Amino acid sequence: MNKQPVLDTSPHVSDEVRKTTCYMCACRCGINVHMKDGKVAYIEGNKDHPVNQGVLCAKGSAGIMQHNAPSRLRAPLKRVGPRGSGEFEEISWDEALTIATDWLAPLRAEAPEKLAFFTGRDQSQSFTSLWAQGFGTPNYAAHGGFCSVNMAAAGIYTMGGAFWEFGQPDWDNTKLFMLFGVAEDHDSNPIKIGIGKIKKRGARMIGVNPIRTGYNAVADDWVGITPGTDGLFILALVHCLMKAGRVDLDYLARFTNASVLVNEDPKSDQFGLLLNDKDGNPQVIDRRTGKLAPWNGKGVEPDLSGTYRHKGVTHRPVFHHMADRYLADEYAPEAVAERCGIPAERIRAIAADLARVAFDEAIELDREWTDFRGVKHTKMVGRPVSMHAMRGISAHSNGFQTCRALHMLQIILGTVEVPGGMRFKPPYPKPATAHPKPHYNVQPGQALDGPHLGYPHGPNDLCLRDDGTPARIDKAYSWDNPMSAHGLMHMVISNAYAGDPYKVDTLFMYMANMSWNSSMNTSGVMNMLTDTDENGDYVIPHIIYSDAYSSEMVAYADLIFPDTTYLERHDCISLLDRPICEADAVADAIRWPVVEPDRDVRGFQSVLCELGGRLGLPGFVNEDGSQKYADYADYITNHIRRPGIGPLAGFRMGENGLQDGRGDANAGQLDSYIANGGFWMEHVPDNAAYYKPFSEEYQTWAVKMGFYDSPQPYIFQLYVEPMRRFQLAAEGHGTRQPPDHLREQIKRVMDPLPIWYAALEDGHVDPVEYPIHALTQRPMAMYHSWGTQNAWLRQIHGANPLYVPTKVWEANGFEDGDWARVTSTHGSITVPVAHQASLNENTVWTWNAIGKRKGAWALAEDASEANKGFLLNHLIHELLPPKGDGLRWSNSDPITGQAAWFDLRVKIEKSAPPDASQPAFPAIKSPVPKGPTNQAWKVGK
Amino acid sequence: MTTLPTSTDKKLGLVIDLDTCVGCHACVVSCKGWNTENYGAPLSDQNAYSGAASGTFLNRVHSYEVQPADKPAQLIHFPKSCLHCEDAPCVTVCPTGASYKRTEDGIVLVNEKDCIGCGLCAWACPYGARELDAEEKVMKKCTLCVDRIYNNNLPEEDRQPACVRTCPAGARHFGDLGDPDSAVSQLVAERGGMDLMPEQGTKPVNKYLPPRPKDAAPEFDVLAPYLEPVATDGKGFVGWLDKALSALPGGAK
Repeated sequence: MNKQPVLDTSPHVSDEVRKTTCYMCACRCGINVHMKDGKVAYIEGNKDHPVNQGVLCAKGSAGIMQHNAPSRLRAPLKRVGPRGSGEFEEISWDEALTIATDWLAPLRAEAPEKLAFFTGRDQSQSFTSLWAQGFGTPNYAAHGGFCSVNMAAAGIYTMGGAFWEFGQPDWDNTKLFMLFGVAEDHDSNPIKIGIGKIKKRGARMIGVNPIRTGYNAVADDWVGITPGTDGLFILALVHCLMKAGRVDLDYLARFTNASVLVNEDPKSDQFGLLLNDKDGNPQVIDRRTGKLAPWNGKGVEPDLSGTYRHKGVTHRPVFHHMADRYLADEYAPEAVAERCGIPAERIRAIAADLARVAFDEAIELDREWTDFRGVKHTKMVGRPVSMHAMRGISAHSNGFQTCRALHMLQIILGTVEVPGGMRFKPPYPKPATAHPKPHYNVQPGQALDGPHLGYPHGPNDLCLRDDGTPARIDKAYSWDNPMSAHGLMHMVISNAYAGDPYKVDTLFMYMANMSWNSSMNTSGVMNMLTDTDENGDYVIPHIIYSDAYSSEMVAYADLIFPDTTYLERHDCISLLDRPICEADAVADAIRWPVVEPDRDVRGFQSVLCELGGRLGLPGFVNEDGSQKYADYADYITNHIRRPGIGPLAGFRMGENGLQDGRGDANAGQLDSYIANGGFWMEHVPDNAAYYKPFSEEYQTWAVKMGFYDSPQPYIFQLYVEPMRRFQLAAEGHGTRQPPDHLREQIKRVMDPLPIWYAALEDGHVDPVEYPIHALTQRPMAMYHSWGTQNAWLRQIHGANPLYVPTKVWEANGFEDGDWARVTSTHGSITVPVAHQASLNENTVWTWNAIGKRKGAWALAEDASEANKGFLLNHLIHELLPPKGDGLRWSNSDPITGQAAWFDLRVKIEKSAPPDASQPAFPAIKSPVPKGPTNQAWKVGK
Repeated sequence: MTTLPTSTDKKLGLVIDLDTCVGCHACVVSCKGWNTENYGAPLSDQNAYSGAASGTFLNRVHSYEVQPADKPAQLIHFPKSCLHCEDAPCVTVCPTGASYKRTEDGIVLVNEKDCIGCGLCAWACPYGARELDAEEKVMKKCTLCVDRIYNNNLPEEDRQPACVRTCPAGARHFGDLGDPDSAVSQLVAERGGMDLMPEQGTKPVNKYLPPRPKDAAPEFDVLAPYLEPVATDGKGFVGWLDKALSALPGGAK
C-alpha cells in the first residue's frame, strides 16, 4: 500500500462573497461572486435567488472570463479614420460628452426626431425610455422588435402576458409540458430547472421543433415540424378538441370573452365589434335571466351559447364564431398534415393526449378564492397541461397570429392561471388596456407627450404624422405594422439610410451589434453606415455607440462611450421594466460594483444621467437646471415614477420605517439590497397564487404592492377587438384610412380570431427553387456575440457548421469536412457542413452569432470564429424582394413588425473548400490590444 | 507501478441522468472555474483568443446521435469525467505513485508534486478522462471536488462537487455508491443505472441513468373516448353546446 499524501480538504475558499445579478445573458440569475485579494476568483449561483435557486449555466460560470476579457474598451473613443476602419483615438469623458452635447442640443431645440435612440439588449428600458422621452424624440425602442415581440404582444393582447418575464408553466404540478420552437435562449435556467422537475416526477414532455437538440433532445416525444407551420398545427389541435367538445366550457364562459356578443351587421360601422353597454362594458347574456348583462356584473353567469337580436341585428357570442371557424375542414388534421410535415394521426394523438391530461387528470387544490363577480370558489381546479414557446414561433411573419393561436389553445383547455397550467409572474398579468398607448408628439425643445411604446387599440392610436406618413423612423405603429409594441430596431438603419420616412442626424445605440449579427443583410448595413452623399458626408451624419467590448459595431461609430462590465456597475432589474419575478413571488434585483473598473469607463446609464443634465432634459435636471442624478445609483434610489413607486419596490421608506411595494425613497435602499443578497422578493398569498386576473384576493394584493392603483380584473381576449378595428378601417369605415396598397394585407392578417397564413417570404420566393428552410438556434453556452471573447466559452462553440438533414446530405453527396454554398434570393454564403439525422428533412440550421469579423473582440485574425464561423444573416434581407410596385416591404410580421428571421428559404450545393467562410470581410483595426496566446487563470496564491 | 487499495471505506461518485441532461455545458464550465482556482495547477488555455482554442477541462459534454430503426433519430448528451473506477488502470500504470485512489472515499487523484507528466495514465484510461495540462505539464483529472465536499469553509449544503451544485436540470447526483441505502444507490436501482463500458473491467464507481424510451405510440385509442366528435360544424356545435352547458353544475337555464 502506498502512503497517501496528506490533503488539506478545507482550503480557504474566498475572502468574501459579493452577491449581485448575472448579465451573461438576459436571464438575470443571482450570483455569488467569490473574491480573493480584491479580485473575482469564482462565480456560482445564489441559492436564495428566485430565478436560478443556486444553479448557474455555462455562461454564468464563465463570467470571470467576460469580466476580464481582453476586448474590454478602455476609454472614450473618437473616430479618426474612415467609418468602418476601426481607427480611433482615446479621449477624455469631458471631451466625449461635449461632442455628444454639441451634436444633440441643436437637434433637441429644432427637431428632436432627428435623434434615433435604440438600446439593444438593454436591461434598463424604463430608464432609457425616460431619457428619450425627456429628449423629445419619438424614435426610441430596444431590441424586442427583432427578438420576440410577437410572443410578448400576442400574450398581452390575448391574456395579459406570455412567457418568460410574464409567465411560466406550473412546474410543480404540470403533467404534460409542450414546448414549441427554440427556447434555450430565454428564461434559460428556470426552464432547465423546470424540465428537471418534470423529469423527476416522470411527467411528460412533447417538443415541437424542426431541430432535435437541447430541450427537444430530452423530450419524450419529438414533433419535427416544418418551420413556420406551428400556427397551422395548433389550429388543427384546436379543431380536434372543439370537434370532440373537449374544451373547458365553464372556464371559457366565466373567464374569457368567448361569451361576449359580437355585432353581425355587415352594414354597420360596428360590424365585428363587441356589443357594449352605455358605459363601454362588453355585454354577455346572463344565463340566470337570459338577458343582457355586463361581463363583470355581480353574480352574472355568462352564456357561451345565447344570441341577442336588437333592431334587426343579430349578435352572437365569440364562441359561435370560433366554432364556425375552427370546426371547418381546412383545419382538419388531414388538411394540414402535409404542410406541417406531421402525419394526421400524430396530430390527433397529441390532441387526444392534451384532452386526456387536461380533463381526465385534472387536479384540485384546497384553496378558497373569490372571483371578480363576487362568486366564492372552495377549490382551485387545475388542468395540468402547460406550454412554453418563445422565439421559435415568434420570428416568422405569421408569428403574431401563431402566438395568439398557442394562447388560444391553452385557454380552451382551461390551463391558463390554474394549477398545473401556465402561471403569470407578478406584476403580470396586465391586459393591453392596463398598458399605455404609444406616444409620438414631437415639440422642439420639449419632452415627448408620453411613453413611446404601448398597445394601440385601433387606428386612432397609430403613430402617424398629419400627412399620414409614419411618425417614427422605424415605422412602428404605422399601417405597415400597426401593433408593433416593441418598435422595429432592425429597420432603423435601413430606413434612416433611405430617408424613408425621413432622414435623421444622429443614431445613438447601446449594446446592439448592428453592423454584424444583430442585423439582417449585414454587408448591406455596413454600406449604409459608411455610405456618403453627394457632398461626401455620411448619409447618417452622426453615430454614437456604447458598448463594454470591442464589438463589430464599434468600428462603425464616430463616438464611443465605453461601458463597464456587469460586475463593475449599478443596475436595477425593475418591476417598471422587465422583471425577474416568479409565479409565487414578486421580486426585483440590483447589480452593484463588486469590483471597481480599472479602466476609464462608466456605466452607460450614469453617462445618460450626465448627458441628460448637460442637455437640460426634463426629469434629468433640477429646477435650477443642475444635473439631477449624480449617477445611475442615485437615480435608482431617488427617482419617483408615481407617488410611492420607484425603480425598486423593496426596502422603501414608510411612516414607520422600511416597507415594501409602495413608499418613499430610502437613501439606504441599495445597501439593503446588497445585504439581502442583491434582490428583494415578496411571496404571493396562497389564495391569490392562481386565477390572478379574476381573483379578488390577487387584485387586492397587487394594488397593495403598487402594480396598479385600483383592482383591474379582466377576462381573456380570445377575440381581440382592437385587431377588428384595424380591419374595419381597411374595409372603409372611419376617418383614419390605411393606404390602398396595405388595405388587403390588413383585412387579411388583422383577424380578431387566430388564423394561419403562409410566411410572407413564401409569397415572394419560389419554394421550388429554394426548397430548404434555414434556421438558427442559440446555444445554451453562448449568448449572442458576447460569448466569443470568452476564453472558456469559445472552446465550446468556436465554430458553427451548417447542420444538414440526411435527405439533403445524401442528395448532395456530402461527406465530413465538406463545404457548401448556400443561396437565398438575397445572397450566398459558403460554409462548412455537418450531418444531423435528428432534423426536419427540409431544414438546415446553425448556431446563432458564432461567426466573427476579423479584428473584432480582441481575437487574433486566425480565430476559428472569423474563419470557419459564419452568419446566416447575410442571406436574410430586411426587405422582402421587390414586388415591382416601387415600395419597400419589410421582412417582418405585418401586425407587429417582428423581424421574420426564420422565414428564410435557401438552396444548397457542394462547394470546394474556400480559405475561409464566405463572404469574408477585411479585418477592422482593433481599438484594444489582442489577448494573450495562452493563459493559466488563477487569482489566489 | 502503483497499487490500488483492496477496498475503500466509501465509494464516492456521480450518478448522471442521461434522460434529463440537456447538454448545456453548465457542469463543464463550473468545473473549469472551480478547478482553475483551486486544487493544484490552474486549468490552462492555449490559443485562448486565437486559432482554435484548446484548454484543459476535467469534464466535457459530448453529444451522440442515435438512429433507431423505426423511430426518429435521437440526440443524447453525454457528460464525461473520471469515473473513479474501483480497478483504476490509470493508478496501477503510474510509474511514480502520483496517481492514487484514496482509501477513505475511493476518489482517484493525482498528487501533482510526484507527477512527471509521462501521460501513461491517460493512455491507460479507456474513457479518455484525463488531460495533460499543456502549461504545467501535469496530469489533470476530476477530483470529485475533494476540496469542496469536506470543506469546513463552505456551508454544508455547498459541500458537493461544483458540477452537481450548478447543474440546472438536476441531472447530476453525488453520493456514496458503496452504501446501498444512499440516495444515489437508490436512484441507480430504480432507474437501472449502468456502468460505462463494463467490458473494460474497470468497475467504474460513477453510474449513468439511461434515457427513457422516446417517441412511443400512445397507449390509448386516439379517437375514443378522447376525440369522439360531438359536432361536425358550427351549427351542430351550438346544438351540442346548449346541452353541454345545461349539464354543467348549476347550468340549467
